[in-house]
Amino acid sequence: MFNDLSRLGKYLGQAARLMVGMPDYDNYVEHMQKTHPDKPVMSYEAFFRERQDARYGGKGGPKCC
Amino acid sequence: MKNNNGLLRHVPWLMVAILGAWALGVVALRRGEAINALWIVVAAVAIYLVAYRYYSLFIATKVMQLDPTRATPAVLKNDGLDYVPTNKHILFGHHFAAIAGAGPLVGPVLAAQMGYLPGTLWLIAGVVLAGAVQDFMILFLSTRRNGRSLGDMVREEMGRIPGTIALFGCFLIMIIILAVLALIVVKALAESPWGMFTVMATIPIAMFMGIYMRFIRPGRIGEISVVGVVLLLLSIWVGGLVAASPEWAPMFTFTGVQITWMLVGYGFVAAMLPVWLVLAPRDYLSTFLKIGTIIALAIGILILAPELKMPALTQFTDGTGPVWKGTLFPFLFITIACGAVSGFHALISSGTTPKLLDNEVNARYIGYGGMLMESFVAIMAMVAASVIEPGVYFAMNSPAAIVGSDVASVAQMVSSWGFLITPDQLTAVAKDIGENTVLARAGGAPTLAVGIAQILHQAFPGQNTMAFWYHFAILFEALFILTAVDAGTRAGRFMLQDLLGSFVPALKRTESWTANAIGTGGCVALWGYLLYQGVIDPLGGINTLWPLFGISNQMLAGIALMLATVVLIKMKRQQYVWVTILPASWLLICTVTAGFIKLFDPSPAVGFLALAKKYSAAADAGQVLAPAKTMDQMQHVIFNAYTNATLTTLFLFVVLSILFYALKVGRAAWVKKERTDKESPFQAFPETH
Repeated sequence: MFNDLSRLGKYLGQAARLMVGMPDYDNYVEHMQKTHPDKPVMSYEAFFRERQDARYGGKGGPKCC
Repeated sequence: MKNNNGLLRHVPWLMVAILGAWALGVVALRRGEAINALWIVVAAVAIYLVAYRYYSLFIATKVMQLDPTRATPAVLKNDGLDYVPTNKHILFGHHFAAIAGAGPLVGPVLAAQMGYLPGTLWLIAGVVLAGAVQDFMILFLSTRRNGRSLGDMVREEMGRIPGTIALFGCFLIMIIILAVLALIVVKALAESPWGMFTVMATIPIAMFMGIYMRFIRPGRIGEISVVGVVLLLLSIWVGGLVAASPEWAPMFTFTGVQITWMLVGYGFVAAMLPVWLVLAPRDYLSTFLKIGTIIALAIGILILAPELKMPALTQFTDGTGPVWKGTLFPFLFITIACGAVSGFHALISSGTTPKLLDNEVNARYIGYGGMLMESFVAIMAMVAASVIEPGVYFAMNSPAAIVGSDVASVAQMVSSWGFLITPDQLTAVAKDIGENTVLARAGGAPTLAVGIAQILHQAFPGQNTMAFWYHFAILFEALFILTAVDAGTRAGRFMLQDLLGSFVPALKRTESWTANAIGTGGCVALWGYLLYQGVIDPLGGINTLWPLFGISNQMLAGIALMLATVVLIKMKRQQYVWVTILPASWLLICTVTAGFIKLFDPSPAVGFLALAKKYSAAADAGQVLAPAKTMDQMQHVIFNAYTNATLTTLFLFVVLSILFYALKVGRAAWVKKERTDKESPFQAFPETH
C-alpha cells in the first residue's frame, strides 16, 4: 500500500511539473544514456533552465499559430 | 467474446443517458421554483460521459481511424525535452492546465444575464458537438504531422496565402485577448485597495521565488511553490489590514485609468525581463492555484448543493440586457466561447501536447476528454454566477450609464426589472466581501468571485471568511490574467517582429535591445490602446470588447474546423465530413451574423457604424450626447466606433477568405480519386517498445 502511495505521489509530482512545462528529468537522463551514450547529459540545473527558456520563448519564441 | 454480451454492455450507458436526460429535463422545464445546482451538474456530467463513450469513440475509430501501432512524434523524435512519450493521465493534466484560463470562467458569468438555461444548454451541446471535436481533430492532425502548428498546417494543406491570412488573424486575436483580459483586471481592482495590494504583492513574491529557483536551490519547483502559495495567502490577509487602515488604504486605491497605465507600463517592462525572474514563477503559482481552486469549487458545489437564485430565463433574451447588448442568437454563442468551443485550444492542441502523446489512441482521452473537463469548469462558473442574488448580479454588472452610480438608484432600477434588491442589501454585500462598493464591477471576475466566495466560505471551516475568499478568487483570476498578459505580450512581440521583419530585416533580431523594445512597445501600444478605450468607455467597455473577443475566438475555431474538414476530404473520408462541417457551419453562421450585426445594426447600442453616425451628426450640430460630457469625448466615441468597426471588418475578411480557400481546396480534393493530404508516412513503433 505504501508502495502504491509513493507511486501515486511520484505521478502527481510529475503531473504538477509537466503542467508548468517541466518534463521528467529522470526520464531525460535515461533516454540520453540509452540512445545517445556519446553525448553529454545536462545537469538538473541546466535542464531546468533550458526547459524554462523553451517554454517562455528564449530563441524564436512561442508562435501563436 | 465481445459479441456474447453485445447489447448488455450498453445497458449501464443507457442508464447514464436516461439519468442525464431526466436531469436536463428538470433543468429545462421546471419553472417558478428554485432548482438545485446539482441538477445542472448531473445533467452535464451524464451527457459528457455518454458523448465520450459513443461519439468520441465513433470519431476515433471511424473518422480518424486511430492506429495503436503507429508511432507518434513523441516516440520517433524522443529527445527527453520537447518530444517525450508521456503517461496519458499526466499529459491530460498538462493539456488541461494549458487550455483552462479566464475564458471558461468569465463567459458563463456574462451569459447569465439571460438566465442559466440558455448558457447551460449551449455549454453542453457546444462542447459535445463542436469544442471537443475541434480539440480532438486538431490534436490528431498535428500528431500525424510531427506536431506541426495550426498555422503551418493551414499553409501546408490549404496554401501559402490562407496560411499567412490565418497568421495575421492570430495576431489580431492575441491583441484582443490581451486587451479584454487586462480590462477584466482593471474592472476588478479599480477602487479596491485590498485587491490592489494583494495583486501588487505577487510581484515581489514571484521575484523571490524566481531568484530562489535560479540561484539558491536551482530548479526546486515544489518546495518554493508551496512557500509562494503560503506567502500569497498571507498577502491576502495583510491586504485586509491595509484596506481597513485609514493611512494605508488610500495608497493602494487607484482609479481604472491609473491602473490601466500601470498595467501598460508593467506589460512593457515585464516582457523585457528575463523569464525566470517574474513570468515563470508566477506562472507556477497561477497554474497550481488554478487547479486547486477548480477542485475546491467542485467539492464546494457537491457538498453544499446550493439552490440557483437566477431564473432559468430572464426577459433579456430579447437583447435588451444591461450587461451586454444583443439577442440570444447569435450573441449568446459569442459570449460563451471557451467552455463550449474555443479556437484558442487549436493552438494548444497543435503546440506542446502532440509532441508528448505516447500513442495516438490516447488523443481521444486528452483532446476530447480534456475539453469536456473545461466545459465542466464553465458549468461551475455558471452555477457560481447563478447562486448569488440576481439583484446583486445585475447591480454589479450594469454600467452606471444605465442604472446610475449610487446604491439607491441602482437598487431601484434593478428592482424595477423584477430582481428585487434593497440599497441596504447591496451595501451589506459590499461589506461582506470587504469592499467599498459592488457597483459597476462588470467583466465577470468580481461576480464570479462573489459566487465562489459564497460557496467556499460555507463549504470550508472558518468564520467571517467571505471577504478572504472573495479576494482569494480575485487574486487567482488576476494571477493567471497577468501571466497571460505577460506571456502574450512576449509572443505578440515575436509575431510583430516577424511581420515587420519582412520589411525591415533589422527588426527580426530578437537579441537586439532596440528591436525588442520596438516590438514590445508596438504590441503593448496596440492592446493598451484597446484597453484604455474600454476603461474610459462610459458604457463599461466589456460591452464592446467581449463580443469582439468572442467573435475572434470563435472565428479561429471556425478556421480550425474548416482545416479539419479540408483534410478529411483530402484523406478521402468524405462520408464523415459532417462531423466537422456541422460545427464549422454553426460557428461561421454565428460569427458572420454577429459581425454584420455589430457593423450595420441601425441601433447605436449594437451597431458600431450607427453609433459613429449618431455621434458624428450630433458633433456636427455642436451637441454633446450622454454619456459623453465634452466635445473631446464625443470625438473619442466616434473614433473608437470606427476602430471597432475596422477590427470587425478585418475579422470578417480573415474568416471569409479562409472559407473561400477551404471551399476551393476542398472541392478540388473531392473530385480526385486518391488521397492528397500531407500526412507523415506511417512508421511502426520501434522494436524496443
